[in-house]
Amino acid sequence: MFTLSLNQRAALLSVVILLVGLLVWEAAIPAQKAVGELTEYEILTGGGQPKAGVPAPSQVLVKAWEQLSDPFYDAGPNDKGIGIQIGYSIYRVLTGYFLAALVAIPLGFLIGMSPVAYKALNPFIQVLRPISPLAWMPLALFIIGDSEASAIFVIFICSIWPMLINTAFGVAGVREDWVNVARTHELGAFKTAFLVILPAAAPTIVTGMRISIGIAWLVIVAAEMLVGGTGIGYYVWNEWNNLDLTSVVFSILMIGVVGMMLDSMFAYLQRRVTYVE
Amino acid sequence: MKPYLSIENLTQKFPDGAGGELTVFENATFGVEKGEFVVILGHSGCGKSTIMNILAGLADPTSGVVVMDGQEVKGPSLDRGVVFQNYSLLPWLSTLKNVSFGVAARHPEWTKAQVAEHSTKFLAMVGLEGDVIRRKPSQLSGGMRQRVSIARAFANHPKLLLLDEPFGALDALTRGTIQDELLKIWGQMEQTVFMITHDIDEAILLADRILLMTNGPQARVAESVEITIPRPRNRTEIVEHPNYYAIRNHLVQFLGKRSKELSGQPTEPGQSNKPTTVRIDKTDPQDDPEDKRPALRAVNS
Ligand SMILES: Nc1ncnc2c1ncn2[C@@H]1O[C@H](COP(=O)(O)OP(=O)(O)OP(=O)(O)O)[C@@H](O)[C@H]1O
Ligand SMILES: [Mg+2]
Repeated sequence: MFTLSLNQRAALLSVVILLVGLLVWEAAIPAQKAVGELTEYEILTGGGQPKAGVPAPSQVLVKAWEQLSDPFYDAGPNDKGIGIQIGYSIYRVLTGYFLAALVAIPLGFLIGMSPVAYKALNPFIQVLRPISPLAWMPLALFIIGDSEASAIFVIFICSIWPMLINTAFGVAGVREDWVNVARTHELGAFKTAFLVILPAAAPTIVTGMRISIGIAWLVIVAAEMLVGGTGIGYYVWNEWNNLDLTSVVFSILMIGVVGMMLDSMFAYLQRRVTYVE
Repeated sequence: MKPYLSIENLTQKFPDGAGGELTVFENATFGVEKGEFVVILGHSGCGKSTIMNILAGLADPTSGVVVMDGQEVKGPSLDRGVVFQNYSLLPWLSTLKNVSFGVAARHPEWTKAQVAEHSTKFLAMVGLEGDVIRRKPSQLSGGMRQRVSIARAFANHPKLLLLDEPFGALDALTRGTIQDELLKIWGQMEQTVFMITHDIDEAILLADRILLMTNGPQARVAESVEITIPRPRNRTEIVEHPNYYAIRNHLVQFLGKRSKELSGQPTEPGQSNKPTTVRIDKTDPQDDPEDKRPALRAVNS
């Protein structure tokens, strides 16, 4: 009798859960199809295509194969490959996110270093932070005008808070002993910031960045549903309008996969900067 | 003529957490000569680390000044190297980097190779060689960390070396080796050393002079005991010197009894707060029998 390691057992269990889940799903579908005989209305609105109804996993798999074998085709505004749509979303998320980092990290440094700045800015942060990022959308559309830029602005505004707050928190919490080491070595303000405070606060800052990218990816889907045009959020909504639920399910899975990849990039960064005291 | 390092009427008060004030020490006044090795002894909590932080320029006293080489100490400087009580290594840097970052700060004109070589040399001096220096502080033992911190301070050749219980976490053997190294460096470099310790034997072995502090709060630097044992001193031989046990007994007496009796006595305005100088020398032919207990006489006067 051979024994499996913890990881092997977990992997085995995962595969079993996946297979059972898919089988149950697959088995549940035909019954539903029988019920869902097409009405005249559905035929008229295009629902008469074989795609209508909740798809079986096998259909999703076929869809995935079809989409992923040619992810970047572009056949007009309403028919672009999944790769292009995700590309748009990632581009918006990263643009808004890096703009936010550019503001949040230096500002967080300032707040963390200066109790006056902290006290002065805290009320604004506390009021602005709980606002749903989508609530900014109408204002952004009105002021900025451009829908593309508005979506980026919404990402900017939602990713700024965790980074700002974590940076401030991390910087304020740097052990005084370490700052004293910098001081006894006569490091200037600039060198102290980069050689001591930044590495000391890095784990907290990167945690904030990781939370932010997660939120940004959640928000972009909703934002693109609102502004339309391109992007994975728009794609989901568009396929829903086409009643192509197979595509909807497939794109939901893709949103999850991309979100996981973004998160694991930051998990990797987090491991790089973490230290043991 | 002012001493090289002059501590003048240093007072430190902290909020006591209950709305009032806690006076750690008051009007501490003493001097340290250039090249002198001074050790300060006192019970836990009497304010030794606080004094050292002020000497380092890391903290400002409530009142009083520290003057070094004619210049008031207003902030930290590379001329005053510190070995902190809790090592204060930067945990995200390797052992070597912890030392070399200080060396690079001291010698900005050096190449990377020079900095690394110099740092490696000082790490080897405290017994850290090979793979160990690539490890992070968290992967070292307490004693090894302390040695890194010592290497970091030594490598910078500061004019004044401030050591806060630098050998506290070391085993007797390593402690001996590093004490010897310290004496060697001190002998070569014309450095002035101000060191805190709890270990009486270590103090006698190393010091030119031992400052004794009374218990806190309102601690005072009450006595300055000269160590009348010629150098070079050797751990095993000094115990045979006629002055050794006389000095040792005096220190034990002070820490065991008088530090408590003398504590909490605020100085009257105008009264000098300089520590009483105590010189115990049994080899001095001029010593008459009455002088057998000079310590007590000095205090009574
Ligand atoms: N930042 C601070 N705020 C309030 N009280 C303080 C502060 N720093 C030190 N103290 C108090 O000052 C006194 C002296 O502290 P210090 O660390 O100088 O003692 P020490 O002589 O070095 O003791 P030990 O031998 O245990 O290291 C203690 O009573 C401590 O509680
Ligand atoms: Mg101390």
